[in-house]
Amino acid sequence: MVASSQTSGTPLIELRDVTKVYGEGQAAMQALAGIDLRIEQGDFVAIMGHSGSGKSTCLNILGCLDSPTGGSYCFQGVEVGQLTRDQRARLRRYYLGFVFQGYNLLKRTSAIENVELPLIYRGVPARERHQIARRTLAAVGLEGWESHSPSELSGGQQQRVAIARAIVADPSVLMADEPTGNLDTARSEEIMDLLCRLNREGGITIVMVTHEADMAEYAKRIVHFRDGRIESDEQNGRTN
Amino acid sequence: MLWNTLLLALREIRRNVMRSFLTVLGIVIGVASVITMVTLGNGATQHVTTQIASMGSNLLIVTPGRRMGPGQQGMAAAFKSEDAQAIAREIGSVSAVAPASTGAATAIFGNENWSTSITGTTSEFVALRNMSLESGRNFTTSEAHAGAAVCILGQTVREKLFGSQDPIGQRIRLGSLSFQVIGLLEGKGQSMGQDQDDLVIVPLRTFQRRISGNQDVRLIQVSVRDGASTEKAQQDIRLLLRDRRRLAVGEEDNFQVMDTKEISTMLTGTTQVLTGLLGAVAAVSLVVGGIGIMNIMLVSVTERTREIGTRLAIGALEREVLLQFLVEAVALSSLGGLFGILLGLGASFGLKSVLRIPFVFDPGIAVIAFLFSAAVGVVFGYFPALKAARLDPIEALRHE
Ligand SMILES: Nc1ncnc2c1ncn2[C@@H]1O[C@H](COP(=O)(O)OP(=O)(O)OP(=O)(O)O)[C@@H](O)[C@H]1O
Ligand SMILES: [Mg+2]
Repeated sequence: MVASSQTSGTPLIELRDVTKVYGEGQAAMQALAGIDLRIEQGDFVAIMGHSGSGKSTCLNILGCLDSPTGGSYCFQGVEVGQLTRDQRARLRRYYLGFVFQGYNLLKRTSAIENVELPLIYRGVPARERHQIARRTLAAVGLEGWESHSPSELSGGQQQRVAIARAIVADPSVLMADEPTGNLDTARSEEIMDLLCRLNREGGITIVMVTHEADMAEYAKRIVHFRDGRIESDEQNGRTN
Repeated sequence: MLWNTLLLALREIRRNVMRSFLTVLGIVIGVASVITMVTLGNGATQHVTTQIASMGSNLLIVTPGRRMGPGQQGMAAAFKSEDAQAIAREIGSVSAVAPASTGAATAIFGNENWSTSITGTTSEFVALRNMSLESGRNFTTSEAHAGAAVCILGQTVREKLFGSQDPIGQRIRLGSLSFQVIGLLEGKGQSMGQDQDDLVIVPLRTFQRRISGNQDVRLIQVSVRDGASTEKAQQDIRLLLRDRRRLAVGEEDNFQVMDTKEISTMLTGTTQVLTGLLGAVAAVSLVVGGIGIMNIMLVSVTERTREIGTRLAIGALEREVLLQFLVEAVALSSLGGLFGILLGLGASFGLKSVLRIPFVFDPGIAVIAFLFSAAVGVVFGYFPALKAARLDPIEALRHE
């Protein structure tokens, strides 16, 4: 394993010996078997690995959606395990954006309303909320699709709504679980360009799970998972 | 935030109009029946009060039977004509006395026949009851004494038997006896579903001999002289009747002497008991309605588990999710309440013309019914809302 970043104060994200076990007794399944990972502000990390290697599990923990069985997770030096439920909700609300593997858009709710959701919980006034959501949808190439509900959108379009929803509130970290999983190459590249721009210009830290090496190439750093452990962790030669 | 939550809740309700409607049906029915009952009850009370007030404050009504409760009477021996005569003779403050007995009979004229009620009484009755004759005349004293076969018709009976013909002087049959029509009462209209013009008046003695076949008098109406004390008259009549009915000292009265105030209390007491009873039934239906809401909210929470997971993942706080579902339940139940109030008012407005009572809208009860239905939403929505709020975000997201 290669230590990725220069140690300058507390890192944005620090996982120390994080384990995750699903189930109990005979049925117990070790999804993560001791993960150590530091991610600095402004980084763009791609997580790769075989199916079932624990990528989503790790991302869920990073996104404060799930709690680890063992080890510690510090976000900006704060031990997440010691936060209350509401404090973790506030952390997600103000610092994190999450693109789920299955999108999880609200059914029977228009694209723009889906995108507005994080802004509602941040208390942004309706008019402003509408403008920002419209702009963000345009940024993912969905201008004119604002009033369509997810069932009226293609898989790729739904994925882009999910991305718009994750970035609409300017999070410090964007977690994306296979954000290009359902897109063709041209669309995927557009999305990756968008993520790079957010990372470069917006200073948003990005952690992205992907199967495709092409997409991982856009990241600054590539982490490989195997059987719940980090197999390799390298800076990406290419500077996008 | 609350405004947003409310909009969200309304949208959720609109999304499933049919289900929302069926969910709140219990509340709608509960509230509608409360509103109808109370509105009609108030109308009936007001009606009875004004009607009795119009009888004059100097009227006393004497009936046999022990007073037991609102509208109830125990059985006791009826009065005799002599009792009424004794009251007229011995109590100075009394200006008029009208004994009366009532029975049912079929009135026949030519090919027409009509079942009506027959009141045997004296000539004072018409004036005492605030009635007046449209045409013809009242009984004479000799007709009353002799038990003559003469009668006075109410408007309904005239219409059924004679149509537009003039009945005065004609002969009709009441039971087996032929009567001469000597008078026609002015119309009084309906009251509380009862036709006040559906009656025939005959002399008391005629009634006792030819119709009831006994000497009983069921009711004595007494009017107290202007300026004399009603209470004093009431007390005097009571003592006189106790004596005549040979009640021992300490024995309870087996008759009642009521003034108009007591009569109206007795009559409104009946409607109030009824209103209370139906109110209790309505309250039960509100609780049942609340359980319906709880049931649907639980279903809704399960159906929307992924949505809740998404909201939590995006950063919704536990209490925000709680509020969302609580507001939804309260919005549902208050809409049901509102609907029920409108329905209840509509129903009572429709029924008031059937029952011929005034429409008395009580805004207080509407507000209470509304608040109560909202409270039903809070109480029965709380548990499902809590269930939603306590969901684990990742578990909820995985839910299929
Ligand atoms: N809720 C769960 N209960 C039990 N086991 C689970 C659960 N979620 C994941 N696992 C197991 O944990 C392991 C890691 O799962 P994870 O979803 O992290 O894999 P992944 O790397 O994201 O795979 P993929 O590329 O297919 O998405 C898998 O073996 C999976 O079976
Ligand atoms: Mg996965």
